[in-house]
Amino acid sequence: MEAQSSAVNYLPIIFQMLVAIGFVVGTMFVTHLIGPKRKTKDKLTPFESGIEVVGNARQPFSIKYFLVAILFVLFDVEVIFMYPWAVNFREFGWQGLIEMFIFMGTLLLGFIYIIKKRALDWD
Amino acid sequence: MELSLVIEKFILITGIFAVSLVVAMYSTLAERKVAGYLQDRVGPNRAGWGGIFQPLADGIKMFLKEEIIPAQASKFLFIAGPSLAILTACIGSAVIPWGSNIRIGDRVVDLQVTDINVGILYIFGVVSLGVYGIMIGGWASNNKFSLMGAIRAASQNISYEIAMGLSIIAFLMVTGSLSLRTITEQQHGFWANGWFTWYAFQQPLGFLIFLVCAFAETNRTPFDLPECETELVGGYHTEYSSMKLGFYLFAEYINMFVSSAVMATLYFGGYNYPGMDWVNATLGPLWGPLIGVAVLLLKIFFFIFFFMWVRWTIPRFRYDQLMNLGWKVLIPLAIANIVLTGVWITAKHTLENSVSIF
Repeated sequence: MEAQSSAVNYLPIIFQMLVAIGFVVGTMFVTHLIGPKRKTKDKLTPFESGIEVVGNARQPFSIKYFLVAILFVLFDVEVIFMYPWAVNFREFGWQGLIEMFIFMGTLLLGFIYIIKKRALDWD
Repeated sequence: MELSLVIEKFILITGIFAVSLVVAMYSTLAERKVAGYLQDRVGPNRAGWGGIFQPLADGIKMFLKEEIIPAQASKFLFIAGPSLAILTACIGSAVIPWGSNIRIGDRVVDLQVTDINVGILYIFGVVSLGVYGIMIGGWASNNKFSLMGAIRAASQNISYEIAMGLSIIAFLMVTGSLSLRTITEQQHGFWANGWFTWYAFQQPLGFLIFLVCAFAETNRTPFDLPECETELVGGYHTEYSSMKLGFYLFAEYINMFVSSAVMATLYFGGYNYPGMDWVNATLGPLWGPLIGVAVLLLKIFFFIFFFMWVRWTIPRFRYDQLMNLGWKVLIPLAIANIVLTGVWITAKHTLENSVSIF
């Protein structure tokens, strides 16, 4: 059995986050102070290859991206579910392996379904 | 946790931080030099000897430029985007074992910020957080190019994360542990029981999938569609200037460093190398492990060079090709790898047990 990690083991991660936050905030602050500030109206418009800006970017975009995001949530949960099994699978022998293959088979069925439905086709 | 340990950890963290920042800085120079030599040019050579001060000059320039926040942008999110991008890049290195422990006087110092038993999961989580920096920054800019770059980046990163997770599952079936320290110690030396101990030789297919996914997660060519300049001007950082742009560029190089370190640790033995026992016995408990650190850094530099080599060799994918590769090639391959690994290990286990029965 491997050693259990207690809350103390996670403390250095907080330290590293503190150092990183300090670095980011400090740099942002310094660059804000020493950079020149000569703002004009043209500088503050969005850059669209030098052409007059039409509308703004808060508009609908292709549904495909949303579909990919939803499928990601489904499959990533399955992946996370497999982690504990993968770490301990030697103890389960053939039975555990076959059970997991059945689970992965159902996962694959869903995968084949979304491919047949052309959910992942970009045209 | 007593005070001396806290101080030790802070010194270690600052050291790792400094090393990763310097490596990221000099990666920009190395990239331009490698590009130069691959294209039969010299690369930057004006600032200092052979361009050695070029990264410093670039950094100073980034600091001194005017920072512009577009009038229509969401101010808070516009600043939060690059900060989050570099923050997630910087905290990923917390669980990587940089070397075995060294002894200074009677104090034993672990060359790892912390050894948690869910190390790989932690790295995986931090990598997924990286999407937010790009997505927030691109959306907050209120620019169509930025928005397109950001949603491309988001859906590309999440697509390749699945294949990455699946390749790691097959890896975990071999190691049986999520702690990076344990995994590195399992790869001790180079050769044991008639086969290589490094996991790249036990999981070649898994390593290949992981490598491709690492390229996609760090938005490197051939997967750099989020910042595809021929279509999207600058991609998600079109509107950024000054150090905020610098943070995005920097985050990419730090990510490259961290993912190289992860690949070297998981698949190429980390700080292990052939003949390490002899070296450790000869040089003692301080210098022996430090040689291991140098070996790990060498492996990391090789992977960083590999990232650059690929960048100037392979052209960029089209978006449908990218998605096809991620979903229809890598995911089925990764699942096949899990099945193969599972059957192989269980069959071997059964065979060994039945031999002992007879």
